Amino acid sequence: MTAGQAIATKDLTLSYGDTIIINELDLEIPKGEITVFIGGNGCGKSTLLRSIARLLKPKSGAVLLEGEAIAKLSTKDVARKMAILPQSPSAPEGLTVLQLVKQGRYPYQTWLKQWSTEDELKVRNALKATGMEELKDRTVDSLSGGQRQRAWIAMTLAQDTDTILLDEPTTYLDMTHQIEILDLLFELNEKEKRTIVMVLHDLNLSCRYAHNIVAIKDQKVFAQGKPEHVINCGLVKNVFGMECEVTIDPLFGTPLCIPYGKGRCIIKGQGFQG
Amino acid sequence: MLLKTNSMRWAGLFAAMLLLLVLMSFSIVYGYTDTTWKMAIDAFTQFDGSNEHIIIQSVRLPRALIAAAVGASLAIAGVLLQTLTKNPLAAPEIFGINAGAGFAVVITVTLFSISNLQVFTWVSFLGAAVSFIFVYIIGSIGREGLTPMKLTLAGAAMSAMFASMTQGFLVINETALEQVLFWLAGSVSGRKLETLTAVLPYLLAGWILSLILAGKLNVLSMGEDVAKGLGLKTGLLKLGAGIVIVLLSGGAVAVAGPIGFLGIVIPHLTRAVVGIDHRWVIPYAGLLGGMLLLIADIASRYIIMPQEVPVGVMTAVIGTPFFVYIARRGFNQ
Repeated sequence: MTAGQAIATKDLTLSYGDTIIINELDLEIPKGEITVFIGGNGCGKSTLLRSIARLLKPKSGAVLLEGEAIAKLSTKDVARKMAILPQSPSAPEGLTVLQLVKQGRYPYQTWLKQWSTEDELKVRNALKATGMEELKDRTVDSLSGGQRQRAWIAMTLAQDTDTILLDEPTTYLDMTHQIEILDLLFELNEKEKRTIVMVLHDLNLSCRYAHNIVAIKDQKVFAQGKPEHVINCGLVKNVFGMECEVTIDPLFGTPLCIPYGKGRCIIKGQGFQG
Repeated sequence: MLLKTNSMRWAGLFAAMLLLLVLMSFSIVYGYTDTTWKMAIDAFTQFDGSNEHIIIQSVRLPRALIAAAVGASLAIAGVLLQTLTKNPLAAPEIFGINAGAGFAVVITVTLFSISNLQVFTWVSFLGAAVSFIFVYIIGSIGREGLTPMKLTLAGAAMSAMFASMTQGFLVINETALEQVLFWLAGSVSGRKLETLTAVLPYLLAGWILSLILAGKLNVLSMGEDVAKGLGLKTGLLKLGAGIVIVLLSGGAVAVAGPIGFLGIVIPHLTRAVVGIDHRWVIPYAGLLGGMLLLIADIASRYIIMPQEVPVGVMTAVIGTPFFVYIARRGFNQ
């Protein structure tokens, strides 16, 4: 890895009670790239992300953030280097977007230094980058799903970290807003070289946005690499247990997975005239 | 939210302080024994040993101070419990605090035949603390540590257990029933000033600590995972909040017996006035809680004069409709 690694795991074993979820995993996540975890339901991809974010204690092994063991760092130090947006977060009723985004500055506040001009600037930039400036005085619960997710992303941006972790940031969003969120994250990576690590369910969008895909199966990494190198029929069959055809996305040239299955087949007749 | 800007909130805070003082003076001047404002002032500046002056100094003044302190403490404890449990109906009485205190008092009366109000103070403080510590520990068992749901369930279970045991003891021992019944209804009257000064250090510590934790409670209210991600030590904060709750609600129940509904009603009322930032909610809840208990206590003197309605009954009468309103609003969402 020439660009260096943002995050690595060493012999990482995760479990819920006696059930092993991830077993002795060594994983490296490259700096400055978008990495997407994929895998079937319950394969442990969210668990892995949560453990990287120190929300879940490992059974054994370690998570390294920029080469340092995360368990040895103070939790505020970690929060200045890495932000996490959990799956479907919920804000207290009545919290405004501005109040939410300001909380992103918590890791920088101390007894002596409560609120600085730098805090103010970072909050303003975060609102601007996510297009939330006009909505900053609205309450979070009054926003639509897509806006709400942008508000939460703004909070993680205000945290001003090199690395951002997101657990299924597009879940419950319609297609337009899924693209909007992924475009936003893609731009953050392009312009500011932030390392983005996320769990996504949509394989085709993963292939489009990720520089690096990590496919998880049977408590370990089944394959890792550029989508165009790792995604093929065999992998999908193995990781998801699904028969499919992998073709080329006509717009982006990235892998496009088309599942087999039942449904109306009209290809032999008139066909569909798009 | 009624007060939208910080300058309005500061102004409101001073207004509320002033109003609290006004209500305290009303509480000192108005009651069954006819007294005037002049008498009240004279009682402190040129005490003449008259019946009115004695009543003002040794009955009305402690009563006003106790109502303000107890109301403030219960309201702040309610705020902390609602944040800790993410449950809009949370309040000290739902977490076994009052039931634990009541049980301790009943045990003292039935097993040790002690029915001294001063002794009740410490016994009920102890009962409240032990009960909440149990609830806290039971709510913390398991891998994820303290969760809102486990804490709520543990509180409900402990409350039910202590309440049933209290009733059991009282059914067996009728003399004890008579002795503790007035205590169980909750009241701020008939207490000496020493009762308050005995627990005041605990209440003061609770008030100050709650203000110190306010900013961190804002972070916690965004959810456990988000708070941890922002670098908040959530376990430590919850422990700190738990200690404040024991100090405040334990101290309150020790002075006044179990007074319900304040802990539920005031936090909601406060949020309607100043929004959800704990740095404002906590001081406002304290002031509004003190004000409500003073009003309830003054009203309790006039409803069935010359007799008095226990103030615990008054807060329940005011609180119940509000409680139902909150519950319904919660279900509609």
